[in-house]
Amino acid sequence: MDATETTASTSVPERSRLAAGPRRDLGILERTGVLIEYHWLLFRRTLRGVLITRFLLPVLFLASMGLGVGSLVDENSGGVDGVPYLLYVVPGLVMVTAMQTAVGESTWPVMGFVKWNQFYRAMLNAPHSVADTLRAHWLMIAFNVATSALAFTLISALFGGVGSWWALLGTPIAVLTGMAFSTPLFVIAAKTDTDSVYSAIFRLVVTPLMLFSGAFFPIDQLPTWMQPFAWATPLWHGIELGRAAFLGGPVPDLWWVHVGVLTAYIVVGAAVSRRALRQRLVP
Amino acid sequence: MTDTVLLTARDLTKRFGDFTAVDGIDVEVHKGESFGFLGPNGAGKSSTMRMIGGVSPVTSGELSIFGLDPATHGPQIRARLGNCPQKDLLDEELSVQENLWVYGRFFGLSRKEVRERATELLEFAQLSERRGDKVEPLSGGMKRRLVIARSLINNPELLLLDEPTTGLDPQARHVLWDRLFRLKRQGVTLIITTHYMDEAEQLCDRLVVMDKGRIAAEGSPRDLIVRYSTREVVEVRFDTDDHSAHADSLGGIGERMEVLPDRILLYADDGDAAGSAVHSRELAPLSVLVRRSTLEDVFLHLTGRTLVD
Amino acid sequence: MVGYALWRFVLLRDVVAFRRMWWLFLSGFVEPVFYLFSIGIGLGALVQTVTTDQGMVVSYAAFVAPAMLAASAMNGAIADTTYNFFFKLRFAKTYDTMLATPARPWDIAVGEILWSLIRGGTYSAIFFLVALVMGFVESWWAVLAIPAALLIGAAFAAMGMWATTYMTSWKDFEFINLVIQPMFLFSATFFPLSVYPEALQWLVRLMPLYHGVEIQRGLLLGDVHWGLLVSAAYLAGLAGLGLWGASRRISQLLLT
Ligand SMILES: Nc1ncnc2c1ncn2[C@@H]1O[C@H](COP(=O)(O)OP(=O)(O)OP(=O)(O)O)[C@@H](O)[C@H]1O
Ligand SMILES: [Mg+2]
Repeated sequence: MDATETTASTSVPERSRLAAGPRRDLGILERTGVLIEYHWLLFRRTLRGVLITRFLLPVLFLASMGLGVGSLVDENSGGVDGVPYLLYVVPGLVMVTAMQTAVGESTWPVMGFVKWNQFYRAMLNAPHSVADTLRAHWLMIAFNVATSALAFTLISALFGGVGSWWALLGTPIAVLTGMAFSTPLFVIAAKTDTDSVYSAIFRLVVTPLMLFSGAFFPIDQLPTWMQPFAWATPLWHGIELGRAAFLGGPVPDLWWVHVGVLTAYIVVGAAVSRRALRQRLVP
Repeated sequence: MTDTVLLTARDLTKRFGDFTAVDGIDVEVHKGESFGFLGPNGAGKSSTMRMIGGVSPVTSGELSIFGLDPATHGPQIRARLGNCPQKDLLDEELSVQENLWVYGRFFGLSRKEVRERATELLEFAQLSERRGDKVEPLSGGMKRRLVIARSLINNPELLLLDEPTTGLDPQARHVLWDRLFRLKRQGVTLIITTHYMDEAEQLCDRLVVMDKGRIAAEGSPRDLIVRYSTREVVEVRFDTDDHSAHADSLGGIGERMEVLPDRILLYADDGDAAGSAVHSRELAPLSVLVRRSTLEDVFLHLTGRTLVD
Repeated sequence: MVGYALWRFVLLRDVVAFRRMWWLFLSGFVEPVFYLFSIGIGLGALVQTVTTDQGMVVSYAAFVAPAMLAASAMNGAIADTTYNFFFKLRFAKTYDTMLATPARPWDIAVGEILWSLIRGGTYSAIFFLVALVMGFVESWWAVLAIPAALLIGAAFAAMGMWATTYMTSWKDFEFINLVIQPMFLFSATFFPLSVYPEALQWLVRLMPLYHGVEIQRGLLLGDVHWGLLVSAAYLAGLAGLGLWGASRRISQLLLT
């Protein structure tokens, strides 16, 4: 083999990547595709759990919160802001589900790929970069969030909990909301070796956010000092947008702020996580 | 064997913060060769391998693999490289063959190619019967063979093996050595790290002895032994906690002496003669053992330390 | 060796192992407190008052608080005797080591369940104090709330442990979720039995947590009646059954 041969993709003929000499480069689509294929394989293996957590539990939650508690609320105060409680709470539950799915997928599994089976490293030993591995994983998480949001939306519709076709817009909003949690959380797997942090995150971050971000009741019922906390976190922004979509309008005046905050979380989170994982995986 | 250079390193250095793990090494590996890095824990073997494997940026110096710079052509290098890292990195939830398929797809091989290749490699690694089993319950030796098979999925021209047999029993090691010989005969260039001198003697045409990030010596196993040791060694043990007390009483036997905590080594070209000399001094040692010199002795001579502590 | 109460060493091991994780231990109690607080200021304002199945009219928060107390006893117990127990049983092989000593499967089961009760009991006690401070405790009967929480914990710990001995992989825990979640949502926790159609009411009455909730609600609201003894007996029966089943299964798994 000639040591001066270049590997620019154009100079390499169309042939098997098993042949000796320079191999044809993988384009970005191909790189993303083959890595997602692996995640898809894992997804298929956990299908039973996915069906339970994404379809059955939402039905139960909806029946309990929407119908059970809803009947009490409607009896006593005629719904929230004139909206029957079921219709009020469904978009909140969709966004909460998006958050929980995203957080679940961005915690223990990531630590697995970094520390336990270290499969990220296996990807890096093949011709992929840290950016490739993260892109594929995030796309898969977005897919997970989208399916759980959509499933919840459809099930709610069967229960009469959806008021408008615009509710379908709730799914992309849920993806934005979920990913705003997902990308920053990846940094933890890069920075720590103990997964007990994750239990703490569920207890000290996910649960309070679920309870105090306007999913179950408007945040103006919160003490004034607590409201800025809700504004700062992604879930409230997602719920504001999602509720408007599910109820078929009106568009929130500050919709662009909501979208902006969610996007900022995603973009900054991705940059920070990518940097940290690079330091960890290719030191 | 054609004499093409596959890998060149000049003054190659790797630093983690203030700590220098690889301290300016020069190495050249030729096509078809089997090249070894021999050194104790922490010598910098894995750090070097990771730089060669294109998964760790070079701090300073030059490194070129297939004539390419890993800083700019990492993916192109890795596409032609097989990497068998020190840690297995298997997905233990997947089956044996799924691990191969998944990894093959990472290289952009077609599904058909991956399947064909996996069948061949399972045969090669003597894992065909276990192809559908999950990885988790496999023995250490089987997992190691699977990792080696996996690293061959893309038909690499250069195979990196970081401590391929550490933790395996002697039987499993011999099976692995046999597989590596076959690869070498097929013309695959091997770079192997190890801290077992017998492994280095068995597998390597040429090797460097590494210690504390530096290269202490370079050559073929025979070369190194001739250059840095005598033909034979006499190991003498006494019933004591402090062997240095007996050093004087053995003075003058052989060409050189090394005092270790648990024994004294006497280097001599004629081991039997030296052994008789020890017996004739009536020191009542626990044991006197004459053996051929090994790389371990070379290492001891170069660094004053044993390889496996 | 019989009668040496070797479960004490099983327990001691847990205590020592957990001392290093004390903050995780503490963070366990904040969750129900968050719920209580959220319901107090949020849903409480929307629902205002509820009529219990015994016919008492109470504020929504006072209605939910006893249910949260029962649920936190359940969660505390389940965490230790399912996930942690499974890890020790299948991965850390903690018990193989223990059974090499004179300890018997029974000691392991009792030791682990006591540990989970200490943990669950601590959560319940802290939660109870918070409920007291927030004014949701309305009767002196409430002094029995902590013992009742331990009874609820024992029932779930023992049954959870028994179920865990049948699990073969982490994925099987979905089934635990599948039992616990609906129980949490439908055991007259968030709304009274009267909201359900008649047929479903009978289904709810079979759930162990429902009985836990009934007991705590009766004690905290001072609405005590003979039916609570039936509930207590039901929970005690489950605790005994679980303990028997769990130690039998541990012997089968480890002493082969
Ligand atoms: N990512 C890292 N950050 C900091 N220090 C590191 C890192 N990786 C390796 N080192 C240090 O560099 C030194 C050389 O490590 P290396 O893994 O290359 O040794 P080795 O020769 O492969 O040893 P072993 O035989 O134990 O595998 C060690 O002291 C190690 O602690
Ligand atoms: Mg190493």
